[in-house]
Amino acid sequence: MKDEQKGAPRTMPIQSATFSNPVNAEIRRAAATGIYDIRGGGAKRKLPHFDDLLFLGASISRYPLEGYREKCETSVTLGTRFAKNPIQLDIPVTIAGMSFGALSGGAKEALGRGATMAGTSTTTGDGGMTEEERGHSNKLVYQYLPSRYGMNPDDLRRADAIEIVVGQGAKPGGGGMLLGQKISDRVAEMRNLPKGIDQRSACRHPDWTGPDDLEIKILELREITNWEKPIYIKVGGARPYFDTTLAVKAGADVVVLDGMQGGTAATQDVFIEHVGQPILACIREAVRALQDLDMHREVQLVVSGGIRTGADVAKAMALGADAVAIGTAALIALGDNDPKWEAEYNALGTTAGAYDDWHEGQDPAGITTQDPDLMARFDPIEGGRRLNNYLKVMTLEAQTIARACGKNHLHNLEPEDLCALTLEAAAMAKIPLAGTDWYPGKPGTSY
Amino acid sequence: MQTFDLEAQGLRALNSTLHAQAANTNQTHWEIVNPKGSHAIAVGLDAPIEINIKGSTGYYCAGMNKQATVNVHGSVGPGTAENMMSGMVVVEGDASQYAGATGHGGTLVIKGNASSRCGISMKGIDIIVHGNIGHMSAFMAQSGNLVVCGDAGEALGDSLYEARIFVRGSVKSLGADCIEKEMRPEHIAILEELLERGGCDAKASEFKRYGSARQLYNFNIDNAY
Repeated sequence: MKDEQKGAPRTMPIQSATFSNPVNAEIRRAAATGIYDIRGGGAKRKLPHFDDLLFLGASISRYPLEGYREKCETSVTLGTRFAKNPIQLDIPVTIAGMSFGALSGGAKEALGRGATMAGTSTTTGDGGMTEEERGHSNKLVYQYLPSRYGMNPDDLRRADAIEIVVGQGAKPGGGGMLLGQKISDRVAEMRNLPKGIDQRSACRHPDWTGPDDLEIKILELREITNWEKPIYIKVGGARPYFDTTLAVKAGADVVVLDGMQGGTAATQDVFIEHVGQPILACIREAVRALQDLDMHREVQLVVSGGIRTGADVAKAMALGADAVAIGTAALIALGDNDPKWEAEYNALGTTAGAYDDWHEGQDPAGITTQDPDLMARFDPIEGGRRLNNYLKVMTLEAQTIARACGKNHLHNLEPEDLCALTLEAAAMAKIPLAGTDWYPGKPGTSY
Repeated sequence: MQTFDLEAQGLRALNSTLHAQAANTNQTHWEIVNPKGSHAIAVGLDAPIEINIKGSTGYYCAGMNKQATVNVHGSVGPGTAENMMSGMVVVEGDASQYAGATGHGGTLVIKGNASSRCGISMKGIDIIVHGNIGHMSAFMAQSGNLVVCGDAGEALGDSLYEARIFVRGSVKSLGADCIEKEMRPEHIAILEELLERGGCDAKASEFKRYGSARQLYNFNIDNAY
C-alpha cells in the first residue's frame, strides 16, 4: 500500500444478496457432508400470505354487527355431498393430519383433547390410528395414505371421516421418511417393519394411479363403510384448479388444499422451499373450480398452510374456503419451540422458534419424539387445555372481524370484504389492490 | 346356499347384505351371479362366510377382506384382495395389477397369471401365483410370502423389506436391494406349506428364494439415483 493511501476511506464490506450468509453456510454444509438438508416444518421463505390482505370493515355501505353480543355463527358441516353422516363442527378450524411416529402418543392425545373441547376434528397420519387419538377425539378423520402403514378396515369403520392423501403442501409429488431414531417398538409394530430402520412413505398410492382409478377406490371405501363417512381428498398446492376439478370428478365430499407453508415431519429442505405454491395463490383457483362445477359449498373446501390467527381463518373463508386446518400452529400451542427450552435448543445447534429437526426425535418439548424421557416432559391434559384455548381465541378473532364486516356467520365473509396490500397478493387472491378496484388479470382489463 | 344376482340387485345391496352376516350366521355360503366386471364386489367382509363369484370382476374384488373365503370363478381386475387382513381369496383365472397390494394377512391364490405390482407393499399376506407375475412385483414389500410358480418380470422385489419371495421359473431382473438368498430347511418347510395351501403341485426344491440385502434400511445418499 502506498503511503498516501494509508488512512483513506475504504469501501464498506457488502454482503451479497445472492450469496447471503445463510446461503453460503448451506453451501459449506453441503460441501462438507455430501447430503442435502432434511428437516421438518413448511416453507420458511417470505411468501405472499394472508398478511398481505386486509379487511375493509363496515362503513356507510355496510352495516356492522355489535362486536360482542350479536350472533355470529361459526359452525360448519363437512361431507354433505354423498356421506350419510356428515361431520358437524362447532368451529371451522380443524387439526391437520400428523402421524403417530412423527408425534408422540401424548401429543396425539393432546390434539384430540383440545380439538374435542373446542368442538372440532383431529386427523390421524401415516402410521395408523392410535387409541390415544381415537379415545380422545370426538371427531376423528382417518388418513388413507400411500404407505398404508397401520391401515385396517376396522379403523376405517370407526373413523368419522376418511381423508385420501394425494399430496401435501410441503412436498407435492414427494413421499416422506421417518428416520430410524424415531422407530420405537410400538411404531415399528404399527407399521409392520423392523425397529430402527428408516421408514419410507411412498409418494403415490400402490393400487390406483389417476382420477379414474381414484373414483373406483372411493367407491370401494364407501362400500366398506356403508356410505356413512365423508371422503376427503387432500392435495398439495400445485395445480389447484385442475386438482380440485379432478377430486370432485372422482367423488370427493371434501377437498383439502394444503399450501407450501404447510408443515411436514421430514423432507428435503430444497423440496419444502422450492416446490408448490403458497396457499394464498391456491384458494381462489380451487373455489373457481368448484364454482365452474356448481359445487361450491356442496363439496366443502378446507385449506391449510400457514394458518396462525383468527384473521387468517377469516381471510381464508372470505376467499371461499369452508374451513381451515392447522398443524404447525397446533404444535406451537402445545409447546413446540417454546423458549423455555432455549438452552436445550442451543445444545442442538438451534434456537427456539427455528427448531425444525423433528425427524431426529430429540425434541426438548417432548412432542415430536418417541424418546420416553423427553415424552415424559409433555402433559397431554395441559396440552389439550392450551390447544383448546388457542382454538377459542382464533374463533373469537374471526368472529370479531366477521361482525365488523356485518356478517352473522363466518361463511358469509366474501372477497368483497377484502383489499390487497401488494400487487402479488392482489394477483394471487384476485382481490383489488388497496385504493383501487383493480387486480392484475382482472377480467375486462388488458393488464 | 344363498344366491345373489348382482345385475338385478345391485352392488350396495350385495355388500350391505354380506356385511350384515354375523360371526355365527348360518348363511355361510353365498353365490354371486352376473358380476360382469363390477368393481368393489365383496369388499370389507368380516365374517367366516364363503363367497363364490361366478364370473370375472373389476377393481378391488374382496378388498380389505377379514375372515371370509372368496372364490372368483373368472379373472379379477386391479387390486384384488388389497389390504386383506385375514381369510382367503382364490382366483381361478388371471389377476390384473396390484393383486394383494398392502395385504396384512390371509392368503391370496391366483391360479392364472398376475400382472404388474403383484404384492406391492405387502405387509403380511401370503400370495401364491400358479403362473407368472409382472414387473415391479413385491415393490417395498414389508412382510409375508410371495410364491411364484412361473416366471417373474422386471425389478422383482425392488426396495424390499422383510417379505420372502419364492420363484420357480426365471426372474427377468431383480430390483434394488433384492438378492437371491440361500434356501435353508426352514424356508423349504415354509414353502411346502404355502404350496399345499395354494393347491400347487410344484416341489419346493424347484424354487429359489429372494429377499432383502438390507442395504437400503438406513438412509444413505449414495443409494439415491
